[in-house]
Amino acid sequence: MPGIGVFVCWCGSNIASTVDVERVVEEVSKLRDVSFVTHYKYMCSSPGQNIIKEAIQNSKLEGVVVAACSPRMHELTFRKAAKEAGLNPYLLEMANIREQCSWVHSDKKIATEKAIQLIRMSVAKVTKNLPLEEIKVSVIHRALVIGGGIAGIQSALDLAEAGIETLLLERTPSIGGHMAQLDETFPTLDCSQCILTPKMVSVAQNPHITLHTYSELEKVDGFVGNFRVTIKHKARFVDEKKCTGCGLCQQKCPTQIPAEFDEGIGKRKAIYIPFPQAVPNIPVIDKEHCIWFKKGKCRVCEKVCPAGAINYEQQDEYITEEVGAIIVATGYRLMPKNVYGEYGYGRFKDVINGLEFERMLSASGPTSGKVLRPSDGKEPKVVVFIQCAGSRDPRKGVPYCSRICCMYTAKHSMLLKHKCPGVKAIVFYIDIRAGGKGYEEFVRRAEEEEGATFIRGRVSRIYQKGNKLIVKGVDTLTGSQLEVEADLVVLATAIMPQEDAKELAQKLGISYDEYGFFTEAHPKLRPVETSKAGVFLAGCAQAPKDIPDVVAQASGAASKVLALFSNKELVREPIIAKVDEVNCVGCFACEKSCPAQAITRKEIRDKSGNLIKEVAKVEPGVCQGCGACVVTCRGGCIRLEGFSDEQLFAEVNVL
Amino acid sequence: MNEKGWRPKIVAFVCNWCTYAGADLAGTVRLSYSPEVLLIRVPCSGRVTPFMVLKAFERGADAVLISGCHPGDCHYGSGNYLARRRFHLFKQLMEFVGINPNRLWLSWVSASEGGKFANLIDKMVNEIKSLGKFNYSMEETKGEGTPKHS
Repeated sequence: MPGIGVFVCWCGSNIASTVDVERVVEEVSKLRDVSFVTHYKYMCSSPGQNIIKEAIQNSKLEGVVVAACSPRMHELTFRKAAKEAGLNPYLLEMANIREQCSWVHSDKKIATEKAIQLIRMSVAKVTKNLPLEEIKVSVIHRALVIGGGIAGIQSALDLAEAGIETLLLERTPSIGGHMAQLDETFPTLDCSQCILTPKMVSVAQNPHITLHTYSELEKVDGFVGNFRVTIKHKARFVDEKKCTGCGLCQQKCPTQIPAEFDEGIGKRKAIYIPFPQAVPNIPVIDKEHCIWFKKGKCRVCEKVCPAGAINYEQQDEYITEEVGAIIVATGYRLMPKNVYGEYGYGRFKDVINGLEFERMLSASGPTSGKVLRPSDGKEPKVVVFIQCAGSRDPRKGVPYCSRICCMYTAKHSMLLKHKCPGVKAIVFYIDIRAGGKGYEEFVRRAEEEEGATFIRGRVSRIYQKGNKLIVKGVDTLTGSQLEVEADLVVLATAIMPQEDAKELAQKLGISYDEYGFFTEAHPKLRPVETSKAGVFLAGCAQAPKDIPDVVAQASGAASKVLALFSNKELVREPIIAKVDEVNCVGCFACEKSCPAQAITRKEIRDKSGNLIKEVAKVEPGVCQGCGACVVTCRGGCIRLEGFSDEQLFAEVNVL
Repeated sequence: MNEKGWRPKIVAFVCNWCTYAGADLAGTVRLSYSPEVLLIRVPCSGRVTPFMVLKAFERGADAVLISGCHPGDCHYGSGNYLARRRFHLFKQLMEFVGINPNRLWLSWVSASEGGKFANLIDKMVNEIKSLGKFNYSMEETKGEGTPKHS
């Protein structure tokens, strides 16, 4: 194919400072297939795109190579420009001379040579490109939200308000998440449950929301606009339709075990509703601890249930639903207890974490809102708060900042002062990070008005002496060693991704960072999208953040879904496999290699209807374009558009 | 045996979702690595055929890298497993026909591992430098399939 146009971008000085653009133009113009070469400061700018458009029309270009940044950045931009100029957009390729050349090499001569070589390869490829037509697929206007914390609740409510049928999936018996556990929230000190529970009730009452609690995501198939998800309903052993939520069963149940909702400080029964405002207000039987399931005796709950809702025979149920988009809002967990041995966390009863303290502060919590030492139930006189317990500590595997601890520790010290007048609150911190509306003022209030003592420095060790905890630390502002006799120590333990975050990411086909937080499509410009089209992120599953940020991101994710659903049909890139039916012998090796189950069988018949042969057929709406079938096909009868053998070999041929 | 000033040529077939993005990240954060590598973008490491690798050697590559998502993280589910199996076998074939299998590298680099990508390329370039220029007629392994000079 003659008539290739090459457009070399300076990207300001990003490319031009390490690549000699003019020499590139000179060399590239010598290539056989190239009929037009030019360069410009910013090809992606509107004048830059106009240069491309005019050249396509005036020089009758049959293919275009833009040598600029990564195709992941601007391929779409330039393809759109080509289309506007009347060139099939798939006759355009990019040569990545910024991210993979000028930014990573410093020797100008070598970088220039490499840029020329990269362009040569792209030119060779584009001569083999074929014009392609976009594929249109329908969009299912239903959404799945995974995780029923504040992030998931907000996303689901926003979607439902727009009339979108939404499935909200929550693996514990009730929605509410960590926010339901909190007492009061910074920086306004409004009661967490008072602002959360109305939203939870709205979820339950909204006709557009189907709530799946005590359920987990089992499997995801399909692609944007057309996902097929399998949901596992774990057996509750309580008939949701019959149960009235009277709570008699949990009153009479003889088994008591530490309650997860109270972070182990309070107790719950084997049949339980996690907290009084739970949505739905339906108990579950914890099979592991129920006497009937363990020993085959008891059945007290069945006897007392006036509705006859208890059903010990209930089995896990699997349901399949079709949705067009998925929002992942699976939240976080706190660093496990065993990581901080030097602070005695997990060994000393009076060393607790922030969430445990939160449950203590809560009026509906296990201590009815009193701050009491877990060891002897006495009110503490001196409470030490240690920030960055795990966070910002590469040795513990958490080099990042958990972002909310400075604020909630200030809040804890303040609430403690309110609850126990005369108590001494001492906060050890590394830095106070109070970036947020009203945050700095809040921390100052804790320090200056409420009289909490803030000490800049780390704690090296905590040990027990009598019924006191000796906290050994350092005050780095005065440079002195400190020893505090504390009654209670509260650790601001690090926020970590859910333990099974990676497994979920693999089910969904989204990426995650080295810690297990889900990765957004672009750290600045696409913060709620994932690398997988149709899957969006909200809340702490992406990174630690506070409630206002979580809610903002959740609404952002919902609006992205709504934008997606504003189309009846989606346009998909035609980068899919095609079968050469003449040469296909129908071995169907491709069928086995296809991870998307996109290959079906097609019968080829003669005029009178006799079967000649069966061949493979690729479903264009289902094919993901990975190319596994192309390599598997022994006869070489499958072509992957956009990455065909011709195209890839052309690149290799000009090495 | 290497000419003076010789620099190896390395061809890297990288998947669009992980390693290509990882290489982009190396650029975005301005890491620096050896320029001897040329990337060919493929949708998935499972798209790479042994023929492409052979062709690359034929066309003057001194080494070939195939890199995709970490096991379990494939954008398509299982493409990287296909690549792993395929090229594990293919390396044995390389030895058989007399190409040093150390000239073919397989590595998993995720989209967040810009640093790993840069280190990988540097390491590879260093090792290939010590292996020397690829020249099939005077290779390398003593595989039973080693061709005789004609």
